[in-house]
Amino acid sequence: MKKLINDPQNVVAESVEGFVAAHADLVIASDSPEELFVSRAGGAVQGKVGLVSGGGSGHEPLHAGFVGVGMLDAAVPGPVFTSPTPDPILAATKAADGGAGVLHIVKNYTGDVLNFETAAELADAEGINVRAVVTDDDVAVQDSLYTAGRRGVAGTVLVEKIAGASAERGDDLDTVAEIATRVNAGARSMGVALTACTVPHAGKPSFDLGEDEIEIGIGIHGEPGRRRIPLAGADEITDLLLDPIVEDLAVTSGDQVLLFVNGMGGTPSSELYIVYRHARAQLEAKGVTVARSLVGNYITSLEMQGASITVLRLDDELTALYDAPVHTPALRWGI
Amino acid sequence: MADVLDVAWATEWVRRSAAVVGEHRMELIDLDRAIGDGDHGENLDRGFKAVLVKLDNPDTPEPESVGDVLKLVATTLMSTVGGAAGPLYGTAYLRAAKVADGATVDAAGVAALLDAAVGGIVARGKAEVGDKTMVDAWTPAAAAALEVADGGGTATQALRAAATAARTGAESTDPLVARKGRASYLGERAIGHRDPGAESSALLLAVAADVAEGAE
Repeated sequence: MKKLINDPQNVVAESVEGFVAAHADLVIASDSPEELFVSRAGGAVQGKVGLVSGGGSGHEPLHAGFVGVGMLDAAVPGPVFTSPTPDPILAATKAADGGAGVLHIVKNYTGDVLNFETAAELADAEGINVRAVVTDDDVAVQDSLYTAGRRGVAGTVLVEKIAGASAERGDDLDTVAEIATRVNAGARSMGVALTACTVPHAGKPSFDLGEDEIEIGIGIHGEPGRRRIPLAGADEITDLLLDPIVEDLAVTSGDQVLLFVNGMGGTPSSELYIVYRHARAQLEAKGVTVARSLVGNYITSLEMQGASITVLRLDDELTALYDAPVHTPALRWGI
Repeated sequence: MADVLDVAWATEWVRRSAAVVGEHRMELIDLDRAIGDGDHGENLDRGFKAVLVKLDNPDTPEPESVGDVLKLVATTLMSTVGGAAGPLYGTAYLRAAKVADGATVDAAGVAALLDAAVGGIVARGKAEVGDKTMVDAWTPAAAAALEVADGGGTATQALRAAATAARTGAESTDPLVARKGRASYLGERAIGHRDPGAESSALLLAVAADVAEGAE
């Protein structure tokens, strides 16, 4: 294992320390290292619905990188690939509460859901109105009684952006939750890994992948995907990711979509644009209009090489909210 | 044969649990790497180390019941472990603490404690036997303890029966397809791998029986 780290136990704490120092105009870290969270430098906005997300670390810039005007109010970084416990989630919820209630945005992983549920119960007992939206945009997983359900992956970034804009314009908690739910319902994602990633404290790759193999349908925690196939050209791999999305979302001629090509951490943006180019051409060939685009490393899996494709069906309101100003360490436009 | 188990047993169970989890840290990480995300050993080790710190803290009130000890484990695991294991183990110990509120626990008490733990795990995780989770270890363990208690056995015998059943239960997860948790994403590729949560559960229950037998 070669990593730019000191003690593996201190990876999250030291990284957050640097992160908040670098972006001190936007974010602050909590005082207590036992209840670590990142929130807006200006504190909670009175009368605005607070947005809190979180989960295991290792997906940077998600979630702390999206704290700021137009997006999240607080983010809770757990240990690498491990959900934070209820205590820091509760502390972040309190810090984000401006009196209009708090929306939890939770990726659908068993640990995240259990810990956020517990924190929401505790917040409720303290008189904070909390609602949760669980994201589950990953088409690689069958949503059935026999699995934990679809995972929340890159669509989560779009939920945080669009619901954040909804909260910022003054919508109430029910409306913000409805919009977040609408974004999640209209988003589908699928990912591929060219290499595994190495969790610092584990010290070895999270799965073993041959030199000429790729893993289709991976999640964002270094877990293996649905199947392993020989390495192929970028266009062919792009089709393998895009086809199930198009089928599941049932996008058809005349639809307006947002196309999001996300890097898993170790793939250069030049390769992400090769994937984007073919995905866009395929969508346009079906008569679908790619009205908005996002390409880059926004929800990663440490240093994993690979990418995911997300397609979000847009309507006028979602497009306007996506375009609304945002100023966070990792996403900024309009301000 | 000890007919009942006391606070000293509970405290020693917790101390030895921390040691055993530390010894098996890498093994649990490897099991979890195969079908999960490789953090189970690390998280549980961090949690039980925090339990020891709390147990040794002079500000922690002296436990007066078995339940006091289990409650201390529950709250510490909930606030330190994270992942799915934190809330699941935390709820198991918390429910067990509620039914073990006396200074001692007899065989029927052991059965009740284990049954309450199973109830907590199922309430949180909504898994059933055969889903390839820790429920596959805990459910037969509780049933085995109840059988011993109903037959007039001692608390120590009930725990040993529970530990043996949990070990068999953990091994029974090897050929299963997972239906809950992160391993469920793998479909048939989970076959041939033991569930890490079932394995850690079997380890913890074995320690409980070992300590009870050693106390005689």
